[in-house]
Amino acid sequence: MSARDEIMSRIRTALSDAPAAPEVQRTYRRTSELTREQLIEQLVDRLVDYKARVDVVPAAEAAAAIAARLAAASSYVVPAGLDEAWLAAVPAGARRIVDSPEQPTSVADLDAIDAVVTASAVSVSESGTIILDGSAAQGRRAISLVPDTHVCVVAASSIVQLLPEALPRLDISRPQTWISGPSATSDIELERVEGVHGPRNLAVVILADA
Amino acid sequence: MSSTFVGMPTLPSQRGHGNLHAEEPFPQAATRELGNSQLRANLRHATHTIRDKRLNVVGELPDWEDLRQAGSDTKDAVMADLPAKLDEFEKNFTARGGVVHWARDAEEANRIVTDLVRATGSEEIVKVKSMATQEIGLNEHLEEQGIAAFETDLAELIVQLGHDKPSHILVPAIHKNRTEVRDIFLNEMPEVDPDLTDNPAELAMAARAHLRQKFLSAKVAISGANFALADTGTLGVVESEGNGRMCLTLPETLITVMGIEKVLPSAQDLEVFMQLLPRSSTGERMNPYTSLWTGVTEGDGPQNVHIVLLDNGRTNALADKYGRTALNCIRCSACMNVCPVYERTGGHAYGSTYPGPIGAILSPLMTGIEAEDNGSLPYASSLCGACYDACPVKINIPDILVHLRGEDVKAQHAASRVPTEMDLLMKGAEIALSSGKVLNLMEKALPLGRLAAGRDKKIKKLPGKLAGAWTSSRDIPAPPAQSFRDWWKKEGRS
Amino acid sequence: MRIALFATCIVDAMYPSTARATVRILERLGHEVVFPAGQACCGQMHTNSGYFDAARKVAANHITAFESVEYDVAVAPSGSCVASVKHQHPMLAERAGDTDLAERATAVGAKTYELTQLLVDVLGVTDAAEQLGSYFPHTITYHPSCHGMRLLRLGDRQLDLLKTVGGIDVVELPEADACCGFGGTFSMKNAQVSTAMLEDKAENIRSTGAGLCAGGDASCLLHIGGGLSRAGSAAGTLHLAEILASTLEEPAEVPSTTTGATR
Repeated sequence: MSARDEIMSRIRTALSDAPAAPEVQRTYRRTSELTREQLIEQLVDRLVDYKARVDVVPAAEAAAAIAARLAAASSYVVPAGLDEAWLAAVPAGARRIVDSPEQPTSVADLDAIDAVVTASAVSVSESGTIILDGSAAQGRRAISLVPDTHVCVVAASSIVQLLPEALPRLDISRPQTWISGPSATSDIELERVEGVHGPRNLAVVILADA
Repeated sequence: MSSTFVGMPTLPSQRGHGNLHAEEPFPQAATRELGNSQLRANLRHATHTIRDKRLNVVGELPDWEDLRQAGSDTKDAVMADLPAKLDEFEKNFTARGGVVHWARDAEEANRIVTDLVRATGSEEIVKVKSMATQEIGLNEHLEEQGIAAFETDLAELIVQLGHDKPSHILVPAIHKNRTEVRDIFLNEMPEVDPDLTDNPAELAMAARAHLRQKFLSAKVAISGANFALADTGTLGVVESEGNGRMCLTLPETLITVMGIEKVLPSAQDLEVFMQLLPRSSTGERMNPYTSLWTGVTEGDGPQNVHIVLLDNGRTNALADKYGRTALNCIRCSACMNVCPVYERTGGHAYGSTYPGPIGAILSPLMTGIEAEDNGSLPYASSLCGACYDACPVKINIPDILVHLRGEDVKAQHAASRVPTEMDLLMKGAEIALSSGKVLNLMEKALPLGRLAAGRDKKIKKLPGKLAGAWTSSRDIPAPPAQSFRDWWKKEGRS
Repeated sequence: MRIALFATCIVDAMYPSTARATVRILERLGHEVVFPAGQACCGQMHTNSGYFDAARKVAANHITAFESVEYDVAVAPSGSCVASVKHQHPMLAERAGDTDLAERATAVGAKTYELTQLLVDVLGVTDAAEQLGSYFPHTITYHPSCHGMRLLRLGDRQLDLLKTVGGIDVVELPEADACCGFGGTFSMKNAQVSTAMLEDKAENIRSTGAGLCAGGDASCLLHIGGGLSRAGSAAGTLHLAEILASTLEEPAEVPSTTTGATR
């Protein structure tokens, strides 16, 4: 008998007293009433708490805000689907690498790149979480992982307060990365310190009117 | 439920093997650990730090109790329908290009993983912290087979470099303080700056430098999984440092080892568990990184994706109707962080990969109560109930501890006809306490106890191992001249 | 109201003054107290040690004793014994497949209250000085026992009542919700861990400067008091029933170890 069949059979034997499966009562909060301003305010509060740098700007000023966050970068990578206008103010001296699943940047090359700029799919203000789902403007998972600075653009219209409001907006089967602040660890004496293997700098540009 | 299984013979549950055992009776191990004052200071500091953080972030959510209930019900529902959920997961994971393997026990899981690594031609792998692989002793097995496994989680790295054992399921190096960590790094990282201080941020940077090239060049990664979603075939890993993302994203081959109990019905369940888990474990509103992957995604991440679904005693736990909810555990570690016993003994005293209150029930449930010294684990609790209150999926750990004590007593009586000191104590108490009349007679003798008391009206030493253990650190007041019941009667009351 | 007193074995045998205090409080409120003579123990020690058959016999005796007397509610000056009657007795019966006993256990459990639960929730006592004439001019601290706190969800009932006693000074106990390490046979089977917990509890009590630690469970108080005594501490323990029963005319006997802290 295969291991699979054997394990399945053992489970059935273990359940032979037919334990009742309860109906799951979803009485927790699933909708919220916060205004767009309150959502932005809460998201900023949480992200700052995680030691992320945050700008809240009108969409028209996105390029300037992104350029300022890339000021120290001599090279940066962007996914092929990123809005070109967002990069309009980046100084010409900074080398731009465009990445796509068809033309992926090697891991070694990514390691030599200072920064990455991506869009985002949905954000959850209550927990300060930005969700990337790998679509064209967000890119492959590797590009938002290896460079040390991640500049992430969040449209205000993509912010919800609660996790239960975020999930219906996502295709769960796309490769997802949920980001809540820069890389951190609590492994020494259970005190949180920021900056381990992932990007040590997370800069979030929230577009207040987008 | 798939019709393929109709007519299959029923098999008894399978007992778990691997690192699931107390290696000596808990009281003995605990006494030794208690003697380490540095350990106690480290544990006290760490557990108290995390308790306060957890209470703060849990207190922020007005619907915490609703989330706990939903989490508990979801887990109960999954367990009651586990074959169908596993079947559904397998179909969906396979449809997306993933390969599913099944392992009856630790040995089989180790063999499957080793074969998969060998097939890649790689002689080293990077690992994301995983309780399942710790449980089956995968690293040791791989080493025997000539494959080097590199732990990448900071705490696991500390443990691995320190030639130590994990003592906590979330923070395996909780027993080490910052200075001890620095000393391990200085001794074990050849490239490290000899002026390294014990500043945690600096220590984290040293770990980053130490592992960077490993991540960038690794061809194979091994992970655990926090969740598997049946309706989509998605796997999820929750982490903080980005070492998880490195392992899950950069290598060509990803092998995940996961207990069969980790499956959740649907993506919607994440809205419950991703609120419960981070707040209960690190006391954060959300952990820095969560990765979700569904089989293979072309052009993004590993293109060879495997999962090993592990039994190793989980069916044994599932068969225990009073204990099976222990399988609902989501490995947050909140129970050990609030446990007064764990706080003083640390995780090594429990022997098993799973220490603390949950380990004291999970280990014997998976191995059977008679296995080695696991029968001593359910007694490693004062039944104060702090673990039950902290558990995000409402596992009634104290009730299961009591249940397993009953199993232990049964097993001991089956194994030996010679009554233990505890047996005699319990028999005597049963006779005294099963009748008001008998108790009254016994109480008449109580004033004799006053003879045992000193001039300060205190009893300082009682005979016997058990009663003597009480008076090793506590006095007993001299009994009163008259019991309440006697007084009541003499007052002529009814 | 006719109230059946469940004295509990440890109070009956070792702390009769706690049971007498309970009677005094209830009679002062104008209620009739009866003592079902067949009672002995809740069986918690047997249950928690895994001796379920013995525990069931002890529990059955309790159930029979409390069925043989007419009363409105039963009361015990102990959170853990009440929790045992309410939660463990039906469990013991069910495990043995004795549905009749389980039903009887549930019925008895439903009528059983911990002392402050009865005083606050049923009898409406919120001000001990006002309603009970309680007077206790001493500085105390308070340990909330685990089972009252977590199994019965007593909340602040005990502490709030103590604070309303005339002349009392209640100082907060650091880490009050930490277990004292008693845990029944845990204190014998894992004596060293239990002692480590007890030492921290005793240190916290000492740090308050209070001469007395009050509580609602005689077993925990026996444990804490035993530890304080062995450590040579001047502080002692006292059951809250005795503090609530204490009046200007009939003051509670304060444990002899206590020095000072009288106002």
